[in-house]
Amino acid sequence: MNDQHIRTKLKDKVVGIAGCGGLGSNCAVALARVGVGKLVITDYDKVDVSNLNRQYFFTDQVGKAKVIALKENINRIDPLIKVETHEIQLNEENIPDIFKECDVIVEAFDRAEMKQMIVETVLEKMPDHYLICGSGLAGWGENESIGMTVTGKLYFFGDGSNEVSEDFPPLAPRVGVVANMQANQVLEIILGKM
Amino acid sequence: MEIQLNNNKEIIERDQLTLAELIQYKNFTFPMLVTKINGLLVKKVDRDNVMIKAGDDVIVLHLISGG
Repeated sequence: MNDQHIRTKLKDKVVGIAGCGGLGSNCAVALARVGVGKLVITDYDKVDVSNLNRQYFFTDQVGKAKVIALKENINRIDPLIKVETHEIQLNEENIPDIFKECDVIVEAFDRAEMKQMIVETVLEKMPDHYLICGSGLAGWGENESIGMTVTGKLYFFGDGSNEVSEDFPPLAPRVGVVANMQANQVLEIILGKM
Repeated sequence: MEIQLNNNKEIIERDQLTLAELIQYKNFTFPMLVTKINGLLVKKVDRDNVMIKAGDDVIVLHLISGG
């Protein structure tokens, strides 16, 4: 499949991104660059200067809603990509409606409670949907510990153990690795294996 | 009894136990977990009531903050 075939296949696809922080912003940009036709992005937060160590935003976007800033950045890469923004906190009730037309959903939350909430919601209310999660990405190094766990249509990427803390922050390289593994899995699901 | 735990064969030295007891037995200490038995989600509130049987396919996934 050459690049043009890939773009043709991706043009009609819709991917949901639940959270536009380190995982979500980087994953969305990777999917935009390869030509996924539509992205449904959600976040209730605004860009903070502390986010710039890992999230795909710029200094002149500090204070702006993350969904608006990310849409701008995606459309600077490719103005033809449709970006549907929801500046909202996701919950058990709104997830099935917001992501109903998505071929694949990417979990890109910060807090473990929210990760659990979306996994349980998708498994219970949207069992036909693929859900690609990130779990365990704090710190640096330890490339060999980052892996994948699959159960049904649920995928987990990360080390499964390193929780963020003051002395163990999320940083661009390791967050980017996991975000791009998520994007790579989205492609494998949409395009099929090589 | 023998079960599948996270896609690996596992011998549990008990005749019967609940999913919550299995989590304790295996010392899965993270507060946020997703659990499935034979492909079906078991929500947190149900882990005390659901019994593990020999041959069950159990998945326990850790949800780690950071993103």
